[in-house]
Amino acid sequence: MTPDGSRLAGLRGRWAAARHSPVFWPLLALVILLLYNIIFTPNFARLEIREERAFGSLIDILQNGAPVMLLATGMTLVIAVAGIDLSVGSVMALAGAVAALLMTEHNQSVPAAIIAALAVALLVGAWNGVLVTYVGLQPIVATLVMLVMGRGIALALTQDQKVRFEVPAFEFIGTGAVLGLPVPIFIVVGVALLVLLVLRKTALGLYIEAVGSNARAARLCGLRVHAIRLLAYSFSGLCAGVAGLIATADIKEADVANCGLYLELDAILAVVIGGTALTGGRPYLFGSLVGAVIMQTLTVMLQMRGVITEHTLIIKAVVAIVVCLLQAHAFDRILRWVPHHFSGGGAIPGSKRLAPEGNRAPTSEDVGHPPTRNP
Amino acid sequence: MRIPRRHRPLLASVAALVALYGVAALRYGDEGFFTLQVFVNLLRNNSVLGIVAVGMTFVILSGGIDLSVGAMMSLSSVVIGVLIMECHWPPMLAIPAALALGTAVGLGMGCIIRFTGIKPFIVTLAGMFFARGLGFLIHLESVSIYHPHHEWLALLAIPLGDPESRETCLLPITAILFLGVVLIGAYTSLFTRFGRNVYALGGNEEAALLMGLPVGRTKISIYGLSGFCAALAGTVLTFELSSGSHIEGVALELDAIAAVVVGGTLLTGGVGSVFGTLIGVLIIGIILNVMTYEDFSAGLTKVAIGLLLLVFVVLQRLLTRGAARPA
Repeated sequence: MTPDGSRLAGLRGRWAAARHSPVFWPLLALVILLLYNIIFTPNFARLEIREERAFGSLIDILQNGAPVMLLATGMTLVIAVAGIDLSVGSVMALAGAVAALLMTEHNQSVPAAIIAALAVALLVGAWNGVLVTYVGLQPIVATLVMLVMGRGIALALTQDQKVRFEVPAFEFIGTGAVLGLPVPIFIVVGVALLVLLVLRKTALGLYIEAVGSNARAARLCGLRVHAIRLLAYSFSGLCAGVAGLIATADIKEADVANCGLYLELDAILAVVIGGTALTGGRPYLFGSLVGAVIMQTLTVMLQMRGVITEHTLIIKAVVAIVVCLLQAHAFDRILRWVPHHFSGGGAIPGSKRLAPEGNRAPTSEDVGHPPTRNP
Repeated sequence: MRIPRRHRPLLASVAALVALYGVAALRYGDEGFFTLQVFVNLLRNNSVLGIVAVGMTFVILSGGIDLSVGAMMSLSSVVIGVLIMECHWPPMLAIPAALALGTAVGLGMGCIIRFTGIKPFIVTLAGMFFARGLGFLIHLESVSIYHPHHEWLALLAIPLGDPESRETCLLPITAILFLGVVLIGAYTSLFTRFGRNVYALGGNEEAALLMGLPVGRTKISIYGLSGFCAALAGTVLTFELSSGSHIEGVALELDAIAAVVVGGTLLTGGVGSVFGTLIGVLIIGIILNVMTYEDFSAGLTKVAIGLLLLVFVVLQRLLTRGAARPA
């Protein structure tokens, strides 16, 4: 084999490896989406520097997408330990309300308000975690309770009113700029880097994957499954708290009824798009962030094309299903099935009857999920 | 007498309902909490939630979840509104059309779940987005409905009680539909092949499959049924409000899940009943009623519903401890 050939083979191998990485499809989708917009959406790629600050759609995407990216960061860990956190939108509203109330009605300093709000968010996350682990509730139910209650508590605290504030130091979190770029972008990058570092450089990443892949095996290996799950939920709460502060600072008021509404769905979709399996397992944090950017790019693109915000919901729904289809092994089957079927060498008659949907080939998602039975 | 373990959650719910109703009746006795009228109003005010919850019961019994019901409900109410007011369809055609649309979307979600193996949770989440978006696509604002036939339908009622006595009151069509759906749902779940398949599917999908039950077909039908119920709830909503509304039905899926769970149906599937869901809806209805009496704010009401759901799931957990528990 010539050196050229071996290099080609190496490239091909690397290409195949990349293609099968879960981050490949979302990244490809994002690149296509961005290219399409840069070419076909007028003014999409324009960047302006005004008052030492960059403006443009691309910046908007990152700035407005910051809350969802933060939520997706926390959600990635929760989903990786085979959980789900539906309460993040409510926690955003709660954290925003706490901070705004402390600054206005109780005349607290900005750092005190931020710390208190984050502490509340962390506490709510830990509460979710305790319900899921030590009490043994299903994650959907435990966090559903907090989804209802969190916003309820926030509404009760603010007495159904929006809380306006004029605190430049706090608004800086949402609208400020450093080096020409909005502050939320730096917060997201900081949090994401921190998490990536912890996942890659400490054993925690491995532990999380172990718990999500097979909790029983992890427990038998001596991992403290409950503690790891609790950590994931607490962190998700904390991330939601930060997202809530950003969203609140951005509009200079705590709008409890609308802050973070439905964002849990965006965050979950972002994580799913990013390739983390809903059944738990390896967390793909980078994929989740890409997923969040895809969701935001879609929103901005549709807005720029004059599509009404409400209509973008349909497109988000279709994108979510298509991405799931791409990742579901059903798609592989269809790809295999089509040429097979039309080449005349169809399946053995009756074999489809014998192989109903539960009988598909074991996938990476299935492995590690034994039927739940009494130990 | 030993109570079978699977009936314990339902008994707990019934006990809670009786206790709650008793406490409420004692506390508000002089305001007439114990009259037939109050009970009829309870049915009427919760008919939308109740109908949705019956459909949700089947989904949860099968071990799935349907998050799209709130959006489907308001979508069908908007569809009815637009068909009557802008397309000038008679209500007798518009309502079946909306019901068909709801069923079709439900069946579509069921097909995606069945053929791709994507989790019901994520498919119905997308379905919720889809239905909301579709509603806004059809009509951007809520539509008021004025049509003699529609009004006639909405005012249909059966007089209840002894016509001579003072206790007479009318059972409105919304309450009739609610009770009808509960009865049909209970019959379907207990005495038909489909109902048993649903229980089998929720109990253990693999076992159901190996027994040769039509798991795929059942799965698709369940989501179709839930879509139909949501659309019917949307119809009831148009009777109540005389409009097709985008605002109603936000977070309805949560209330519906809460009602089903409070009614003793296990979220893991396989255990529960439609009758229990009726109890659950009534419990939530009474709590909402009490909240209104006490002049609680919307926020505190939400906290109360959340706490109630929490107490019940923890109770379920304790009562069924030792049964199948997730790893």
